[in-house]
Amino acid sequence: MIFGIDVASMVLGGLAAGMVLFIVSVGLSVTMGLMGFVNLAHGAFAMLGGYIVVLAMKSWGIGFVPALAVGFILTAAVSIILERLLYSRLYKAAELDQVLFTIGLVFIFISAVTLIVGPENQPLFIPDALRGQLNLGILHYRTYSIFLIVVGVTIVLGLWLGFERTRFGAQIRAAVDNRRMTESLGINIDRLFTITFAFGSGMAALGGGLGAEFLGLDPQYPLKYLVFFLIVVAVGGPGRVFGAFYAAALIGVLDFALKKYLPQGGTLFIYVLTILLLLWRPQGLFGKSA
Amino acid sequence: MSAPTSAHEHPAARALAGRHRIRLWEIIPWLLAIAFYFAFPRYLGFGTELLVTILFAISLDLALGYAGIVTLGHAAFFGAGAYTAGMLAFHHIWSEPITGLIAAAVVAGAVGLGSGLVLLRTTGLTLLMLTLCTMALLEEAANLGGHYTGGFDGLPGIDIPPLFGMFEFNPLYPRVQYLYVLGVLFVCFVFVRTLVYSPFGQSLTGIRENTLRMHAVGAPVRVRLIVCYTISAAIAGVAGALWAQSNAYVNLSTLGLDRAATVLIILVLGGYGRLYGAFVGAVAYMALSHFLSKYFPTAWQLGLGLLLVVIALFARNGILGIFETLQRRIGIKRPSP
Repeated sequence: MIFGIDVASMVLGGLAAGMVLFIVSVGLSVTMGLMGFVNLAHGAFAMLGGYIVVLAMKSWGIGFVPALAVGFILTAAVSIILERLLYSRLYKAAELDQVLFTIGLVFIFISAVTLIVGPENQPLFIPDALRGQLNLGILHYRTYSIFLIVVGVTIVLGLWLGFERTRFGAQIRAAVDNRRMTESLGINIDRLFTITFAFGSGMAALGGGLGAEFLGLDPQYPLKYLVFFLIVVAVGGPGRVFGAFYAAALIGVLDFALKKYLPQGGTLFIYVLTILLLLWRPQGLFGKSA
Repeated sequence: MSAPTSAHEHPAARALAGRHRIRLWEIIPWLLAIAFYFAFPRYLGFGTELLVTILFAISLDLALGYAGIVTLGHAAFFGAGAYTAGMLAFHHIWSEPITGLIAAAVVAGAVGLGSGLVLLRTTGLTLLMLTLCTMALLEEAANLGGHYTGGFDGLPGIDIPPLFGMFEFNPLYPRVQYLYVLGVLFVCFVFVRTLVYSPFGQSLTGIRENTLRMHAVGAPVRVRLIVCYTISAAIAGVAGALWAQSNAYVNLSTLGLDRAATVLIILVLGGYGRLYGAFVGAVAYMALSHFLSKYFPTAWQLGLGLLLVVIALFARNGILGIFETLQRRIGIKRPSP
C-alpha cells in the first residue's frame, strides 16, 4: 500500500513535468514534421512566454491565467513576424544554415532578456488557489501538479480534436505526410505553416509560463532545456502530436523516478535510453518510417 | 607520364589534377604564427589558445565541411581528449606530453568510432540530436566520476614534465607551449590537407554533395563517413589534450554545448570546407569577441547572435566565401597551376 502510494505520487509528479514538456515541445514537433525545419530557437519562445507571464503579473497585477493568455498572444505575434521576415527565407536552405540561424536567434534572445530584465532567476508566484495539497482519496498531492496534468490532458484532447476533426487539421496532417501532394491540391502551405508556427510558439509560451514554477526562468533557459525538447520531438516522432504527448509523459515520469532512486546519475540514463531508442527506431516511436 | 591526350589538356582537368598543389599564399598563416611569437611575447597565452582553437575547428571542418555531417556535439571529442591527457597526468600514470597526445587521440578516436557507428545511421534532426546526446552523456559522466575526473571542479594543477626532457612548460610565460602547439597544429594540418585531397577525401566531398549518387557508383558511404568521423574525433581529441596540457587543468567546460557551438561558429565564420576557414574564423572570432566584450561587455552575445543570423541568411560561405565572391566580381581568376 505504501509502495503503491509512492509509485502513484511518483507518476503524478512525473506526469506534471511531462505535461509542461509536452506543451512546450508539441509546436516544435509539428513544425519540424511539416517543414523539416530544425528550429533550435523553439525554447527561446518558451522563455519569452515565461518572462511575459512573470512580468505581466508583476507590473500589471493581472492574474496567472490572464497572464498566460497574454504570453500566448504576444509570443505568437512575435513568432509571426520572425517567421515571415526570416524563417521563411531558410525553408529550402541546408540544415546547417537553419541550425546556425536558430542558434544565432537563441543568442539574441538570451542577451536581449539579460539586457532588458537582468541575468537573475525570475520567480513565478502561482495563485493561492493552486497552492497546497489536494485530497485525491488515497493520497494528498500538490494542487499545482494536478492542475498541470489536467491542463496537459485537456490540451492534448483539444489538439486531437483539432487535428482529426477540423479541415485545418486535415490539411496539416496531409502536409506532414506528403507536402508536395498537398500543395498540388491547392492548399496554401505557406499560410498553413505560418499559422501552425505561430500556434506552436504560443503553446511553447504557455508551457514556459506553466513550467516556470519548477523549471526556473533565467536567460540560459533555451539552451538548458534544448536537449530535452529535442528528445521529446525525436522520440515521439516529428509531426506526431500523440507521439510528443507519450514521449513527454514517458520522459517526465522516467526523469522523476530516476531523480528519486538514482539522484546521482539520473539524466545519464535518459541520454543512454534515447540513444538506444533512436538506434532501434531512427524515426522515433510514432514517426512514419522513411 | 604518357603523352598527354586532349582530355588531359582541358583546363578543367588541369585544374582538378593540380588542386592539391601547394600555393604560395599557403605559407602566410605559418609566417604570421611565427611572427606572432616574436612580436607579442606577452600574449603567447592567448596565441596558444588561438592555435588550439584552430586545430579544433580543422577537425570539425573534416566532419562538417568535407563529409557534411552536421554535428552540435563535437566538444565531446575535445573533452574526451582533454580528460584523457589530464587524467593520465594528474593521477601520475603517464605524463609525457607527446605520448599523452597520442593516448588522447586514441581515446577520442575510439569514442568517435563508437558513437559514429550508432549515429551515422541517421540523418537530419535525429543525427543532430544524437550528437548532442553523446556530448551531454560524456559531460554527465565526467560530472559524476568525481573520483577520477574531479567532478564539477575538474582537475586543477596538472604536472606536465618538460618536453623532450628539456623544455619546461611555464604557465606564466608560455613560450614552450606556443611552439609545441604550433608544431602539433602543423603536423595535423599537413595530415588533414593530404587527406582531403586524397581519393578518400574526394569521396567524402562526393557524399556531402550527393549521397544517393555515391551509393549508386558503389562507394561504401557509411564506412567512409565512420572513418572520417573517427579521424575527425581523434584530431579534436588532440586539440583537447593540447588545451589541457597548455592550461595545466581540465574542467567540464571542455565538454559543454558552449564549446561545441563556439567552434561551429568559428568554422562557419571563416568558411567551412576550405581548410583555411578554420584559421580565418578563429582569428576573426577571437578578435571580435575581444573587441565586443571590451566595448559592450553586456551585449557581446547579442553581436554574436546577429552575426550568426547574418551569416546564415546572407553569407553562407563565411569570410573566405566573401573573398571568393569579390574575386569573381572584379574578374581576377584564380592562379591556374
